[in-house]
Amino acid sequence: MTDAGGSPVLRTRGLRKDFGKGEGLVRAVDEVDLDVAPAETVAVMGPSGCGKSTLLHILGGLERPSAGEVMLAGSRLDQMGERALARLRRTAVGFVFQAFHLIDELTARENVELPALLAGRSPRAARRRATELLDRVGLADRAKFLPAALSGGQRQRVAIARALSNDPLVVLADEPTGNLDSAATLDVLRLFDSLRSTGQTLVIVTHDPRIAATSDRLISMRDGAFTGETRLTGSARGARGGLGALAGLEG
Amino acid sequence: MQDVVLAMLAKEPSHGYELRSRLREALGPLGEAMNAGQIYVTLGRLEKAGLARSEREPGLPDRPDRKVYALTPAGQQRVASWLSEVTWPGPAPAEFHLKLVAAAAGRLADPMSILDAQRRELLRLLRDAQRAAMDEPDGSAAGLVLEGVTLRLQADLRWLEACERHWAGRARHPGGGE
Repeated sequence: MTDAGGSPVLRTRGLRKDFGKGEGLVRAVDEVDLDVAPAETVAVMGPSGCGKSTLLHILGGLERPSAGEVMLAGSRLDQMGERALARLRRTAVGFVFQAFHLIDELTARENVELPALLAGRSPRAARRRATELLDRVGLADRAKFLPAALSGGQRQRVAIARALSNDPLVVLADEPTGNLDSAATLDVLRLFDSLRSTGQTLVIVTHDPRIAATSDRLISMRDGAFTGETRLTGSARGARGGLGALAGLEG
Repeated sequence: MQDVVLAMLAKEPSHGYELRSRLREALGPLGEAMNAGQIYVTLGRLEKAGLARSEREPGLPDRPDRKVYALTPAGQQRVASWLSEVTWPGPAPAEFHLKLVAAAAGRLADPMSILDAQRRELLRLLRDAQRAAMDEPDGSAAGLVLEGVTLRLQADLRWLEACERHWAGRARHPGGGE
């Protein structure tokens, strides 16, 4: 499925996740094969309850699959012990959630420092890194603010900075624009775009078509299984002409 | 298109080049969608229809003669009625639905593949509009127009999802429904 040169950052084969038993068995993830190439942005789209969040949790080692393989940079997460998995979650994966999940009692900068401290970096190095990341997400002047004093879009940008703290191999985002208005969504999309240009690998599960439209590859998911894949290469008919027509200038 | 060019003339008599830069100023990247040729062709049509008139302005040593266009009284009236109109694009959902019905009824094409193609096209348009919006500074006029474009495309994409559920359901239970 991948056409990129390097070996995939993330790879799954025959991935399955069941909840419940017997009559009540629900197959949340059903035989999913996925390859994510380095520096690729992949959007997984589907209705709520289609299993996309469960898939994301398995990709990031937050949950274990019922069957199948998950490989992150060649390591089998499904066979890894708890400790190794916890270490890998801290250092190799960055998570971004719909509800931001910042710690309310900590300032923006302290929130961003936390993963670096947990990974064993010195307080000084963690602070330097956090300052640099807040600058990168355009919030250098909000470093000492508590989350409550920030807008939704700003909180999500802090959360993205936090996800980048340990230079993760992959950033996994679960409905990152689900709680944001139009303008804040635009900021997050700009940020993802700049991450992509620096080679960051991103997997985003969403039902926001704006994320799907600006990703490299769009995977549709239904009832736990992948049902289609779209690469939005090429331009819409007439590219700019197409836009002009939509804005009501032609046709 | 005619209405847009007429409206741009409402400010003051202008030549084609000025109109073009006025459009670009008002619409940012979207204004680029209109090429100079289109504007001149439209101006010619407006003149024929009696909505605009032109006067030749003598050239300067470093510039050839050019035509300056102005609204006629009929043109002014047309702009006024255009401003008071409340039209909005026609019933595209009905037409698209009829396309799917016809495809299925005549076994001419698979409604699901028509839906797929339509979705891909809308996603491409959304990508172009979203990327153009991402390049606009906050608060720009073009950004505002692009927000309108992206909101509509999102609504259309949501509706295609509903169509997909409908037609996927019919594929599973043929003979059900209409």
